[in-house]
Amino acid sequence: MLSLTDVVTYYGPIMALKGVSLGVDAGEIVCLLGGNASGKSTTMKTVLGIVRPRTGTVEFEGERIDGLATGEIVRRGIALVPESRRVFGRMTVWENLVMGSYVRRNEPKDELDRDMERVYGLFPRLKERAQQYAGTLSGGEQQMLAIGRALMARPRLLLMDEPSMGLSPALVDQVFDIIQEINRQGTTILVVEQNASVALSIAHRGYVLQNGQMVASDTAAALLKADDVRRAYLGEE
Amino acid sequence: MGDILAILPQQLVFGLALGTVYGLVALGYTMVYGVLFMINFAHGEVFMIGAYIGWGVLAVLLDWSVGGLHPLWVLPLMLVPAMLFCGGLGMTLERFAYRPLYARGATRLGPLISAVGASIFLQNAVMLTQGARMKVYMTNFLFPRDWRFDILGVNISVLVIVMIVVSVLLMWALVVLVQRTTLGRSIRAVSEDREMAAVMGINVGRVVGMTFFLGSALGGAAGVLIGLYYTQIDFVMGYSAGLKAFTAAVLGGIGNIKGAMVGGLLLGVIESLAVTFINPAFKDVVTFAVLILTLVFKPEGIFGETLADWKKV
Repeated sequence: MLSLTDVVTYYGPIMALKGVSLGVDAGEIVCLLGGNASGKSTTMKTVLGIVRPRTGTVEFEGERIDGLATGEIVRRGIALVPESRRVFGRMTVWENLVMGSYVRRNEPKDELDRDMERVYGLFPRLKERAQQYAGTLSGGEQQMLAIGRALMARPRLLLMDEPSMGLSPALVDQVFDIIQEINRQGTTILVVEQNASVALSIAHRGYVLQNGQMVASDTAAALLKADDVRRAYLGEE
Repeated sequence: MGDILAILPQQLVFGLALGTVYGLVALGYTMVYGVLFMINFAHGEVFMIGAYIGWGVLAVLLDWSVGGLHPLWVLPLMLVPAMLFCGGLGMTLERFAYRPLYARGATRLGPLISAVGASIFLQNAVMLTQGARMKVYMTNFLFPRDWRFDILGVNISVLVIVMIVVSVLLMWALVVLVQRTTLGRSIRAVSEDREMAAVMGINVGRVVGMTFFLGSALGGAAGVLIGLYYTQIDFVMGYSAGLKAFTAAVLGGIGNIKGAMVGGLLLGVIESLAVTFINPAFKDVVTFAVLILTLVFKPEGIFGETLADWKKV
């Protein structure tokens, strides 16, 4: 469904991705592990066209998308739950969800209403707070709103950047339950995480990035057992 | 002192009328700042060109049929072309004078200096094509001198009421647009988080262009109203009017739409108080004292929040 081949991306003079290749098949949850500044977020931004790869290709459903505008990539079915949520704090919860469906704004209203109800079904708290400013929500509620906003684009591939960051352990479990639920409902998921144990526990496969290079790729179960991954990302000596 | 108090209500009404017009111009500064974090110093010149277009339309109509001009149909004929032309001019400035700079990663200073250049360019373009001498607005043919009435002992001209009504209507239309439409939501999204707005699929460049259109159109309308009020316009009128509206935007909190309106009103009233209690010659001194005091003691303005407040969770 998504494949990156030898992608090299620069941030100014810094080479952030040094030839990254990865693939995500339809229906999967794939997790991308790595420490700080390993290139995880840059990989996400490259897929969405926020930064452009210098060389290499990005393909989505068989067509090249590197070089397309971000809006066009979103229209083709990729949505992002960004790092640290980044909901529109000065807009209401409802308005944030409406912004999420921006690329579908010409579709019939009842289609959008149905998706809105589906998001409210996943996150009843959002329905209670529909008219509240997103900036007044708690961190956990903002994470739910960020996920709901991305779902409003009705993506076939959902990119999630550090969904566990800054959440309490109980909330982290809740968020990952919801990620699994979204996947069961038919959305493919590529999730970037520092919290490797939780991410690998729900993922089918995983990749490990280090200094902009892919250093490991295996099934989630195998990565959970691999010694170097345990040492580096699960905090075990 | 008794004399002063007798003219105070009158002055306050003038202040209110001027204040709503300052608010209209201030909206252009504040909306552009909201989406681009730049001060469009050419906005005063857009306002000036609006005044020239209104003057031109009125002059042509007077040529065709002296007498029989009723503001009910003449005023829209002056306002609409001024707004459309100024809107287009604002978009053109953004596209050719600012975007080439910020799109290539120039610092905020780049577009700002380009705006100062655009301001000088537009002043000179108007001077060369229209001449350096003042143009006289034939306001009397539209709003005869005796169109005035007393409210609670205050003598008010119809023109002043029209200025207030037109400004308030335009502000109301803008607020509805920003609060309730897809374009308005897109503008708010871009001004809050440009990158996330793009991730929603919004064409950020187009939204920035539309923001320039709206802000500049309001500036053009304000130019027509000010032309009618002062009856004399020239190619440098945008400079001081622009600085005043900029002060109003800063006073209200730059980037904040409600702030621009309130800041404009406050500034208009403060000016009228200065005229009444100090000396008409001190009007501009007071304006810039307000600007300096705001920047020193409350740089975020009345309604402005510092960005950090919203990023904290």
